[in-house]
This record gives sequence, C-alpha cells and structure tokens, in this order.
Amino acid sequence: MKPNRLLMAIPYIWLLVLFLAPFGIVIKMSLSDLAVSIPPYTPQLDISEGWAGLRALFANLDFENYAWLADDPLYINAFTSSLIIAAVSTLLTLLVAYPLAYAMACAPRRWRGLLVMLVILPFWTSFLIRVYAWIGILKSEGLLNQLLLSVGVISEPLVILNTTTAVYIGIVYSYLPFMVLPIYAALEKMDGSLLEAAEDLGASRLSAFWLVTFPLSLPGVLAGCFLVFIPALGEFVIPDLLGGSNTLMIGKTLYVEFFSNLDWPVASAVAVVLLAILIVPIFLFQRQQQKVSEQ
Amino acid sequence: MVNDVNFRPWEDPEAAPLIDIANVTKRFGAFTAIHDLSLKIYPREFFAILGPSGCGKTTLMRMLGGFDEPTSGSINLEGEDLTGTSPAKRPVNMMFQSYALFPHLTVQDNIAFGLKREKMPKGEIAERVEQMLGLVQLQDFAARKPHQLSGGQRQRVALARALAKRPKLLLLDEPLGALDKKLREATQFELMGIQEQLGCTFVIVTHDQEEAMTVSSRIAVMKQGEIAQVAPPEQIYEAPASRYVADFIGDVNIIEGHVSAGGESRMSLSWREGEPELVVETGIGLPRGETAWLSLRPEKVSIATTRPETDNALQGKVLDIAYLGNVSTYHVELANGQVVKAQETNAGRSGNRGITWDDQVWVGWSAEAGVVLTS
Repeated sequence: MKPNRLLMAIPYIWLLVLFLAPFGIVIKMSLSDLAVSIPPYTPQLDISEGWAGLRALFANLDFENYAWLADDPLYINAFTSSLIIAAVSTLLTLLVAYPLAYAMACAPRRWRGLLVMLVILPFWTSFLIRVYAWIGILKSEGLLNQLLLSVGVISEPLVILNTTTAVYIGIVYSYLPFMVLPIYAALEKMDGSLLEAAEDLGASRLSAFWLVTFPLSLPGVLAGCFLVFIPALGEFVIPDLLGGSNTLMIGKTLYVEFFSNLDWPVASAVAVVLLAILIVPIFLFQRQQQKVSEQ
Repeated sequence: MVNDVNFRPWEDPEAAPLIDIANVTKRFGAFTAIHDLSLKIYPREFFAILGPSGCGKTTLMRMLGGFDEPTSGSINLEGEDLTGTSPAKRPVNMMFQSYALFPHLTVQDNIAFGLKREKMPKGEIAERVEQMLGLVQLQDFAARKPHQLSGGQRQRVALARALAKRPKLLLLDEPLGALDKKLREATQFELMGIQEQLGCTFVIVTHDQEEAMTVSSRIAVMKQGEIAQVAPPEQIYEAPASRYVADFIGDVNIIEGHVSAGGESRMSLSWREGEPELVVETGIGLPRGETAWLSLRPEKVSIATTRPETDNALQGKVLDIAYLGNVSTYHVELANGQVVKAQETNAGRSGNRGITWDDQVWVGWSAEAGVVLTS
C-alpha cells in the first residue's frame, strides 16, 4: 500500500472500529428482546454453536421494539418535543449569536482575536459544571430572582428552574459559541466595499444589511444552526439538570429506558431512531459545507 | 468628446462646471490627506487624477462619492452643495477598484441593484439592464454569478452596474488595475467609447500615467494632498509645471543650472564648470543668476558618433543601452558624470546604429526641445 493510501485508511478504520461496529451492536440489541439475564437481552450469539448459532441468532431477531415505540405515545411525544425544543432553541441561539458575531466582525482588527478567545473561554471549564451553575442562578432563591426582587421588578420569585424555559436558557448558553463562530467567520471575510457599493447604488444602511450582509452570512448562519440543532436534539444533561420532570426530551427518555428500566433493547431502538432522525440534518449540513468549499 | 480638439470647456470662463471642489481640506487625525484643494470638472470631461500611492487621490474620489466628508471646504455638483449628502442620495456612482460585485447575485441582478433601489418599474429595469449588458457586450452572461466570470468580464459588470443609474458623474477607482496589459489597453479605448456614447462625466483615479494619458481630456497630477498641475495630457507631458510633474510623467532628463544670459525667448543656462552653456528657447523670462532646471524628454535627444548640427551638443560615453523593441534608450555619461538619456526609434529592423557600450558619442538637442522649470 502506498503511504498516502495508508494515511487515508486511518479515518476509515477509526470510523469502522469506533462507530460502525458499536452501532451494529446497538442495532442488533434493538432487534432483541428484554430478558432477565446478564446482559439483559436475548438472543445472544453463541460462538461455540458456529454457523448454526448465527442462524439461530438471526431467526430470533424482530422489529418488536420499533413497533412498541410507534405504539406508545410517550416516545412519539418525546421525539416531537425534542424536535420542537431543538428547533426553537436553535432559533433563539441564532437571535442572540448574530448581533454578537456582527459586533465582533465590526470591531477593530486588533480586538478581534481577543473577542474570539472570549467566546471560546467557557470551554475551559467543564460543560457539566457550567450547567450546574445555572441551577444556582435560576432556582427560586437563586441569583436571578434575588436580583429581580431587590430591584423590585417582581414581587414573587419566578419559577424558571425545572421548566422548558430553563432548558432553552441552558441550550442557548451552552451552544452559543457554535453559532457565533461560523457566523463571525462569514461576516469577517466579507469585503467592506460591498456595503459601500450597495450604499453608492442607493441602498440605505438597513437595506444594505438585508440585501448584502445577511445573504452573504447565510453559509455561516446555516453551519451554526446545524451545529446547534444536531447536538441539541439528543441533549440529555441540560433537560435533566434544568428541565426537571416537566421536560420531555428523547435524550432523557433514552437514559431512563437504559438505566432506570434496564430495558436495553428499547433504549437501543430509541437510539437508532434518534440517529435516523439526525441523519437528515447531518446530510444537509455536509452538502452545504461542500457547496461552500466549492465556491 | 475627448477626441474633439475644440472640447476645452476649462478655457471658457462662461462654462459652468459640473463639479466644483472649493478649498477642500481632509484630515485623518493628525494626517492631512488633502490640503486646501480647489478643482473644477466640466460636464462630459474624462478627468484623470494621477499620483503615486498616498498622494490623496483616493481620498479625493471618496469625498466625491460621499464615503468621506471634507474637514473643511465644499464640493458642489451643478451648483448644489453635496456636503452631508449620503452616497445613496448623490447622482454619482462609483466603480470600485475591487469591483465590489455582489457575489450572491447574478450579473443582471447586480446591474439591476441600483435601479430596484430607486423603485423603477420592472419593465423599465429589464430594458435598462438589457441595454447595459449590450453596452459592455455581456448579453450572454446575464444569468451568471460573478465567480463564474473572468477578470475582464467582472470589470465590465462593475462598469455596467455603476452606469445603470445614469449618474451625472461616474467615479472609476483604478478601474483597470487588475487586468493584464493587453486587455487593459483594449479596455481603455472601450471606456472612452462608452463615455462618449453616454455623454456622462468620468473621473478616473489611477497611478498608471499611460492610462491617464490615453483616456483623459485633462489630468490632475497630485502630490502630497495638493494638485501639482491640471492640464490636458499633451500639455502635462510637453509643458510640465514642475520637476515633480516632469519626472512623474514619462522618462525625463533633468539638468540643474543657472541662468547666465536672460532673455524673453532665448536664454543660456550654465550648468557645470567646463561644459558649454546650454541654449534654451523658453516662453518665460528669468533673471540672470536664478537657479533653473532644464527638463528634457529622451526622445528629443539625438545620439551620433559625430558632432550633430543641433543648438546643443555634448560629448560623452555610452554607459548603458536599453533595447525595448520599438525604441532604444542610450544612457550617456558626460565628462562630469551627469547621465543623459537619449532615445531613438528603431525604424529599421536592425537596432544596431554602430554604437555600443563605452563608445564616445555626441548627444544633441535643439533649443526648443526642453522646458525650463523653476521649481
């Protein structure tokens, strides 16, 4: 094998060993049945039986768990609720991130490096700790309520923790850098004379923004949206810590099936469906990135 | 208009200028980019602003376009003060050096951009776009995006877009800078044709003197925020106002000396001990003893192996020969070290005049070949 072929093989081997093989196991598990055993499902591959064992294994696999998911509204609700929460929080993140990225791109050149560093600074602490910190801010006797009460904006503490609002806050906060950076990158490389040209041709500042700046930042906006939407859809930590029992999200459902109910086959089926749902935006994201790099 | 020898509105005191720049100063912090500059540009002129980078020519153009405001002074268009008017509201359009084409819009949408902003009816927009595409010969490229075009085509789209609104004044910022030499030369003539066809006033900013000479009716040569000279190209070349202008435009020999015998039309210039005085025909009378510079274009200096029958003849040694195909330039070192460049047209096919390196030769020129400068 030529050395460059060998190099090219590395990511494929990586993908095979660390993604495809485990995913194959998950698919197999999702087609199995719950059993009181270790591990808690059946059938299991009996290697000593050889070829016959393999055939026996395949004979006992079925789509029962998927039928179960389709029948029980809990799962369907969890999926739809996850999709809605992911979509809404992506939109909210965009609304917060765009002005931020715009201001960064407009800042004097010597400031920009520092601003970018500030955006990624939160990554220096653990994600889990940062989400925990929000509990301290959002709970009824937390920082936010204390501040609002002392200022006199409210007379009774707001209930934010353990609501969907807290989940939105958590997702927007956690994924903001993933939205800011691609938008900033798109805005930053824009040629300033384009805006002057737009103005020269009779566009107001505002219409120059909508007709030139925004369309040219769209690749960054799309990249940011995918980067937030895809992980937000399967998010588990944020809804678990901030959303309480009121928030239904598929990541949490999966956790409960796996660890509380110990129903590995159903949990695996949920995971497979989640991936199937994610394939669409991941595919779109890939295509969009390719289009951008071709231009 | 440029081709019409009778088109000289700047000589007519009655003529109303299109643009009247009056005592404009522009400062950026402590740096003065433009210093007390006044200039009149007349309708249908193809006006070139020429100067080295950093001379303030781009600042001057940006003030015409409205992207910068003068610190003091005023800019009038047809008698109306433009100060404080945004670029969007000026009847002035600009073709940017980078072309600044909108990459997400097709060629026709780029051209229609300005027309849509002024809410022109759809049918008229389509008609105008078609017309502009015809003007720059890009009819077949209307649906393309800028990145699908060549450099020359992009330049045309930028021109069409800037002209689509029929501005009273079109500003061109180094419009041909990104094109290769052949294409640039062809495009210069095309620009002139388009300007004549539309009867619009063009102001072009360039550092390329050949470009300025080719296209313009008048050239303003700028130096450090001020205008060194404004005149038609032939006057700039043949009668530069200062050494700076003479040196900036084309190749030149500058010989420093003192007026030894003054006179209204003819005078002598003593320039170096032991060398004969130079005889110069000049329109200006200068007092004896005054320092003056003789500016002499190389093509007006002849070279020969024997003493020529010219008013001035000096002997020297060939230092260098630059063969450029159409002409050859000889660098001749005189006895005292001064180098004089003499240029000969290569009319015959053998560029050989029997003169080679280190030969003793004569350079000569007539009394009216040079210009006497006092600054």
